[in-house]
Amino acid sequence: MILAKKLSHNFNKRDDDGNVVEVIHALKDVDLEVRAGEFIAVLGHNGSGKSTLAKHINALLFPSDGEVVIDGMDTRDAASLWKIRQEAGMVFQNPDNQIIGQVVEEDVGFGPENMGVPTPEIWERVEESLRIVGMLEHRKKSPNHLSGGQKQRVSIAGVIAMHPRCIIMDEPTAMLDPGGRKEVIRAARALNQVEGITIILITHYMDEAIYADRVFVMDGGEVRMSGTPREVFSRVKEMKALHLDVPQVTLLADELKKRGLSLPDGILTDQELAAALGLEAGAGKA
Amino acid sequence: MSIRAENVSYIYNEGSAMASTAIHGLSVSIGDGEFIGLIGHTGSGKSTFIQLLNGLLAPSEGRILYNGKDIHGTETDLKSLRTKVGLVFQYPEHQLFESDVLKDVMFGPKNQGLSTEEQKERAVQALQSVGVSEEDFSRSPFELSGGQKRRAAIAGVLAMRPEVLILDEPTAGLDPRGRDEILDLISGMHREMGITVILVSHSMEDVASHVGRILVMDDGNIRFDGTPREVFSHREELEEMGLSAPSITYTMEYLRSLGLPVDTGMITISEAAGEILRCLEERNA
Repeated sequence: MILAKKLSHNFNKRDDDGNVVEVIHALKDVDLEVRAGEFIAVLGHNGSGKSTLAKHINALLFPSDGEVVIDGMDTRDAASLWKIRQEAGMVFQNPDNQIIGQVVEEDVGFGPENMGVPTPEIWERVEESLRIVGMLEHRKKSPNHLSGGQKQRVSIAGVIAMHPRCIIMDEPTAMLDPGGRKEVIRAARALNQVEGITIILITHYMDEAIYADRVFVMDGGEVRMSGTPREVFSRVKEMKALHLDVPQVTLLADELKKRGLSLPDGILTDQELAAALGLEAGAGKA
Repeated sequence: MSIRAENVSYIYNEGSAMASTAIHGLSVSIGDGEFIGLIGHTGSGKSTFIQLLNGLLAPSEGRILYNGKDIHGTETDLKSLRTKVGLVFQYPEHQLFESDVLKDVMFGPKNQGLSTEEQKERAVQALQSVGVSEEDFSRSPFELSGGQKRRAAIAGVLAMRPEVLILDEPTAGLDPRGRDEILDLISGMHREMGITVILVSHSMEDVASHVGRILVMDDGNIRFDGTPREVFSHREELEEMGLSAPSITYTMEYLRSLGLPVDTGMITISEAAGEILRCLEERNA
């Protein structure tokens, strides 16, 4: 569904006279393939190239070298541009920058309206999208009266209404409180599991990445690690060297190992830790 | 230094049809050199509360006392109060505006009426203490990276030499590296300069491992006030307020529900690891 081959992206830094003074290599020879229906998490610190990669997937940026192919369409082919952007929707960090409508349902209808969808179908899509993210009861409200998590779910509904096959979420929870974060991640997982939409979630929060089918770790414009969450998070030392977090329970398991307990690598959940400690579910309270 | 809030209420748009009470009947004392974490979901009144503390808002009812004096009384000069109680807003880097980093940080001391030499001395010291290197002093603040910009913005408040530093979600939007750096920086300022710090945060893990006292706000008042361990023992009430305990607390509760008699009051990784090992040894003994 998404294929990047030797993808490189350079930003030119210019002085006041427009001469190139420095070339910044934001992406270097990135190869990756995402299959339809996958849930992918992309991790990496600021400046690692995550957002640049995301913008290539919906053709907001074009490769300096290499190629990006979305569903068989090359992003450099101008004729496919609108089709690609329709297939790969994008949700950004700040919900306030993405909501334009005065009423929730108008905001969600904006995308399909721009695509020239007939009016009765726009309303169908609005209703369906708001239902998927659990915001249908708020359809007549002003976005100003919603919480951060609710606003972000409206942004997601606005993308769903365009019927994309893939949604790229660029740190959608960075500005939300813990309750809002949970709402948005629940919506993302439902989209993936129930609707079969491919999700690419860019995040700093490791506990959000453990639900992914695969995790890509970026650093310095390159994909440095990739694999299942278990494979990636079991490399605690490497993750720490890249200044990334691993889930708290994984850190706890690592600490126990350091203190002499023998435990398997890659413990990601409370259940796995309990099993490794020889505790059985149903043993009851002591 | 001491701050006291006495039965403080704050009503937005008071007297109009849009009136809404953000704070009601709040009382609390903050002592010299404390490191306080302020948590609460969006809309719980945190931001209103911190703006009341440095006099940006005046209470609709009740009083805020700084060193025993009403900050809105005739004896207090609000302008100088605000330099003593420094407030770092959310996304403070959006407030950088000068042509270079050093000038931006000098802006606060300049408004305090200090001489140019003194402004410069304070700015340099503040920038050094937040770890902005000298070669960046003459650069435009907009050329700095996100984390560096935020440091420069914090330096702008530090240069006024506040006795109390209030930071509204200083790590929002930063990556794990930036977050750790800013938290270490704040802890260091508290430890080495003896500044009283009030840290507004959404991250229970960050609060659990750094502060000495937590204030939990809900519906315009303080619901819990105590050490991290005391506050996080109210897990269910916190969840009802849209908050949570640190994730390690949940792990410990899960282990306990399966029959390992661990103390669930553990809030950091190393405490939790020690507690698990203790229980395992006891079980095998």
